[in-house]
Order: sequence, then C-alpha cells, then structure tokens
Amino acid sequence: MLDAFGQPQSAVVLGGTSDLAGAVVRALAHRRLRTVVLAGRDEERLRSAASSAAAAGAEHVRTVRFDALDVNDAARAVDECFDVAGPVDLLLLAVGVLSHREDELDPSRTAEVVTATYSWPVVALTRAAARMSEQGYGRIVVLSSLVAVRVPRHNFVYGSAKAGLDAFSIGLGDSLLGTGVIVQVVRLGRAPTKMTEGLPDAPMSTTPDAVADAVIAGLGSRAQVVWVPAAARWALALARFVPQSLWRRIPG
Amino acid sequence: MREGSGGQLLSGWGRAGATRAVVQTPRDAEGILDLLSEADGRGIVARGLGRSYGDAAQCAGGTVVDTVRLAGTSAVDASGEVEVRAGTSLDTLVRRSVPDGWFLPVTPGTRQVTVGGAIASDVHGKNHHVDGGFSRHVAAMTIATPTGLRRVSRAEDGELFWATAGGMGLTGVVTSARLRMLEVDTDRMLVDTDRFVDLDSVMAAMEEGDDRYRYSVAWVDCSGPIRAKASRARGRPGVGRAVLTRGDHARVRDLPPRRRRSAPSPPDRPRLRVPRCVPRGILNRASIAAFNEAWYRRAPRHREAEVQPMWRFFHPLDGVAEWNRLYGRAGFLQYQFAVPPSRGDVVMAAVRELSAQRIPSFLAVLKRFGPSSPGPLSFPIPGWTLALDVPLGAEGLSACLDRLDVMVAESKGRVYLAKDSRLRPDVLAAMYPRLAELSSVRRRVDPGGVVRSDLSRRLGLD
Repeated sequence: MLDAFGQPQSAVVLGGTSDLAGAVVRALAHRRLRTVVLAGRDEERLRSAASSAAAAGAEHVRTVRFDALDVNDAARAVDECFDVAGPVDLLLLAVGVLSHREDELDPSRTAEVVTATYSWPVVALTRAAARMSEQGYGRIVVLSSLVAVRVPRHNFVYGSAKAGLDAFSIGLGDSLLGTGVIVQVVRLGRAPTKMTEGLPDAPMSTTPDAVADAVIAGLGSRAQVVWVPAAARWALALARFVPQSLWRRIPG
Repeated sequence: MREGSGGQLLSGWGRAGATRAVVQTPRDAEGILDLLSEADGRGIVARGLGRSYGDAAQCAGGTVVDTVRLAGTSAVDASGEVEVRAGTSLDTLVRRSVPDGWFLPVTPGTRQVTVGGAIASDVHGKNHHVDGGFSRHVAAMTIATPTGLRRVSRAEDGELFWATAGGMGLTGVVTSARLRMLEVDTDRMLVDTDRFVDLDSVMAAMEEGDDRYRYSVAWVDCSGPIRAKASRARGRPGVGRAVLTRGDHARVRDLPPRRRRSAPSPPDRPRLRVPRCVPRGILNRASIAAFNEAWYRRAPRHREAEVQPMWRFFHPLDGVAEWNRLYGRAGFLQYQFAVPPSRGDVVMAAVRELSAQRIPSFLAVLKRFGPSSPGPLSFPIPGWTLALDVPLGAEGLSACLDRLDVMVAESKGRVYLAKDSRLRPDVLAAMYPRLAELSSVRRRVDPGGVVRSDLSRRLGLD
C-alpha cells in the first residue's frame, strides 16, 4: 500500500532499463519499496537494472520483456506486470525514443519515435489505469519532458510525441477522479543519460538523482504536474509568450 | 467521501491516501454476517465515524461496512452497565446517560468515535494511569466474524475478546458491547493547572504527583527555534515548555451553591464548522508557533481546584466540527508513541528532533500510561506517551519519523496504529512482539482471510 507520503511498497516500471527509472527505483527502495517489476526490451540491461534495484533494498525484483514498437502487445505487457507484482502501488512510465535532427525527415524513424514515445505508452497507460481502478487505488507517474510544453525546432518529432503523451496523461488523470487512482506528470529538463549521450548541453538540464528526488517529493504532494528543475515551471510559462518567429531561431 | 465508479473514496481523519471501496450500511448483525460470507480476497473491514487518522478503516477494492445504522443503546442499569450497539457514538451515549449521572469510564479527546471504534483501537483517555484503556470497562461484546456471531468476554473466549480489543477491526465487526459506566455527581471538573518552562520539569512533576489525580495530561510545545531564540535570550530553555492539567469530577458539595444544579447536563452541539475550502498553508510554522505561544501564555503558572465544565476539559476540539480541514488538501498525520517508564529520554529526544528539524507541530500531548491490557495489538504500555499533529507537507517529515520509529522500537516502545499511516512493516514486528497471537485468532475465526484493511496490507498483517 501507499503510505501517507505516497511512498509505494510495490511498483511496476515500464522502461525499467532507463537510467532515470533506475535512479527513481533505487531512491524508492531506500524508503518503502519491496516489490518491483522492471519491464523493458533488452534482457541484459534488465538484468543489470534488477540487480541494482535488489542492491538498493528491493526484496522481490522481477523482469518482464516488451517491445515499445509493438503497440498491440502493450496491454499484454501491462497485464503480465500486474499479475507478477500483485497489488501495484505505483506505475512509473519511462518509455520513449529520442529523435535526432538527422532522423526528422526519415519517415520510418519518425514512426518509431512516435510509436515508442506516444502510441505504446498511451495503450499501456490505458490498461494500467483500468487495473488500478479495479484495485481501488494506485499512483501513475509519467515521465514527460520540458519539450512537451513548447516543442523546440531541434527535436520536434520527439517533442510532439511527448506533448501528446503529456496531454493524454493529464486527461487520463482527470478521467480517473473518484477512483482512487492519481496520475502525475513529471516534466523533466534534459538529464545526462544513455538516451542523451552525445547531445550538447541543454538549458534547464537536470540529473537522474534530482529526478528521483523530485518524483519522491511529488508522490507526497499529489500534484498533477511536477517540474524538474522546479524553476522550469516559470521559465516555461514565459516561453509561451516568445513569438514563434523568435522561438524557431533558438539554436538546439 | 466522493462518489466514484461503483464505490466511494475513503480516507482517514488525516485526509491522506484515499482509496475506493464499496460501502455497505447493514441494519443488523444478520446483514453483517451476509456481507462477511460474500466477501473475498479483496477484503472487508468495519468503519465507524472515520476518526482513525490513517488507513485503518478503509479497504481498497473491497467492502467497507459502515456501522452508522447499527446504533442505539439501552438505559444504564442500576449497577452502571449499559448495552450499546457498536455504531453508536460516544456522543450519543453520553447525551443519553449523563443526565442520569453516568459518564464514560474512559474517553478519548473526542466524543465523535463509535463504541466499535473505541474497542477496535482500545482507546485511552486522561485517566489511563488509573483506570486503563476502554476495553477494560467492556464486560462483554458481540462480534460478527466470517465463521459466525460470537458473544465474548474475559471468561468466554477471552482470546478473541482481547484480540479484538485494540485489534484494529481485523477479527471481524463488533456489533454490540456491554460497558461499565462511571457514576458522576455533576458535569463539572475540579482542575489544577501548572505551567513548566521545560520538558524535564513537567515530567518530574507528573512522575511525582499524577497518582493523586484520576485525570492528568500535559500539553507540550514542540515548536522549535523561532521562539527558542527569544527564550534563550531570557536565559530559559526553549523547547518543550508545557502546561499540565490534572483533576477529577467535582462532587456537588465542591460547587458553589448557585451551581448546584439537579442533574449533569449533556454537551452543547458544535458552534463552529470549518468550511470545505480552506486556503492552502493556513497552518504553517508561523501560525502554529503563534498559537502555541498564545496558548502557553494564557495558562496560569499555578492554579488549584478551578471548576471547569466537563465537556471543555475532555473534548475541547469537539466545539469545532471538521477541524481536520484546517490542514488543507495535503492532509496531516498524528504521530503517537509509548515508551516504558524508564525511557523518558526518548520523549525528550523526539521533541528535540522535531524542533531541530523545524517541523511545525501543534501542541503535543504528553501522558503517563498505567498497566497495559492483555490485547496483543492494544497500544498502551506502562510509561510515557507523546502524541503530535503534523501537516503532511512538512519537509523531511517522513525520514524524521522513520528515525523516531527506530528509537521507539529500540526502547521497547511502540506507535499507535489508530493514528498510523506510514509505519514500516519490519518495525511493526519489533514494536508489537505478540503479532502471532493475533494471527492465530484471525485464522480461527476467519480462515478465508477476508477481514483486512489498507492498514493490515500496508503493515503486512495478512
């Protein structure tokens, strides 16, 4: 069960091999987390994520495999995670594929980015919401991005997919009012991870540990949107007023 | 409570961690037995007036038996005994009994709890050091379990009786109980008040003098450094100043002639109600410290035999309905622990820790407990107990309370489950070493394991 601070004893992580998810799982395991199901694509990386979760204190660690490009498999993957975990206190969604400038005019690459970052997560979250409604409680945390708030020129495909996922998650949360299930969207600055390797430094960047701290504080607050870093909230509020003619000239 | 798809959102008095369950309001024990026999692994648990601070009276995805319709009481008989249905509130009971001169043998800080809830939490009052907990005054009770309706007492299935007294509703649903009431002459109290500049001196005074009074409680100021600076400047220790009030029921001859009315009168209805929408952050460090300051200054340094209305003495917060809304949407929690008599140092350490962490806390309640009851999950143990309310948003609170838990467990103390919403299961076993006795009774009366709550799941009691 979740405690009064929203700290879970059991969690399912979709995208369990991501560096950010790993940092969150370790921080949770230092607190109340005992059972965790890590779901991802790469078996080897799942194994290593599982052993680091166990080293952080999780007693029951299981892994489930899925491919984020196979949308028709998403509901099955979520069901398998829930069946393995028992009652799920927290579902963390950390699935997505970043686009690079050179990909953005390649239709097949664009399809991959959108499928893994938007379509698969949407189907998975829909199923997870139904499972949690049945439980009568639960917390869903969706890792979103600052680029979802205003899509930048340099990775607009990924940004648009995150914008869609962000909007979907907020809507899903609203639709779950009264069910005991709460959805939280965590909008992140860029963190130095595998996903962002080789990219230049971005403004309002963050670190996996800062993300973990923010997620944990957010669980306690029940806020619908959590910003990392916190100041990004105000920076992005201002960014909305930047005229598009200027916005598109911002180098990325 | 909000309507949801096929159920209601329920939370504890602390208003955190709401979960959804199907709420049923059976009219009698038969109805409860039907619900118990229909229940499955999703669980079923009783709920009274929802005054448990945490998740004791909720059952996510399962069934919650609201005992509101299970109300009613007999008249108090000549020996002082009364048969009360479990959904009856202590408020209803005293309105009926007090005009005839019968008061509650034990009362918590509010009358807005049901008799069933008072038994399930084995509630205590300001007289625990003399009279023990609520269950000590229960002659017998009827419990609906998945294996049938049972009438139990100390002599008849004492094992189930004591597993239920303080058992957090995990043995079944109490439907009715026979209580032994306390005879009183008047609705007034004779109260001695003393003010202390620090925790050491109030604890010394309590150890020395509590046994001369039926009721005794101290309110301790845990607000930290804001005022400590000013106090230090005046050469006084800052943290843990306290007001100690002790007393007993006034007899008719104790009252001035004009106050000698014929019969004790029942309490007034609450005059104030906190509105549904309270702006965020009304209760913050500054406002809480200011309140604590005002309250301390209002108390006399020393006053003897003051005549006070009984209801204000026992239930000061019952004058304000829905006061838990003051903490806003984020909610709050109450942390209450008990430690053995020789471990007053843990009380000191806890107060110091909270004030060092700058965690805002309303007046904490300090009290001495007398002998414990035989219930394996009953909270009171001989020694000290400290209870404090804290807003949930306070920074570092979770980690701070985790550290206190360890301190309390190491001193062979425990935290009060009726207040709990955050204890770790591994620490629970250290605090309540007789959990196996509770499990064996539960296996006997509930072999299917259907009686469970969010609390029992969180603490790994199932």
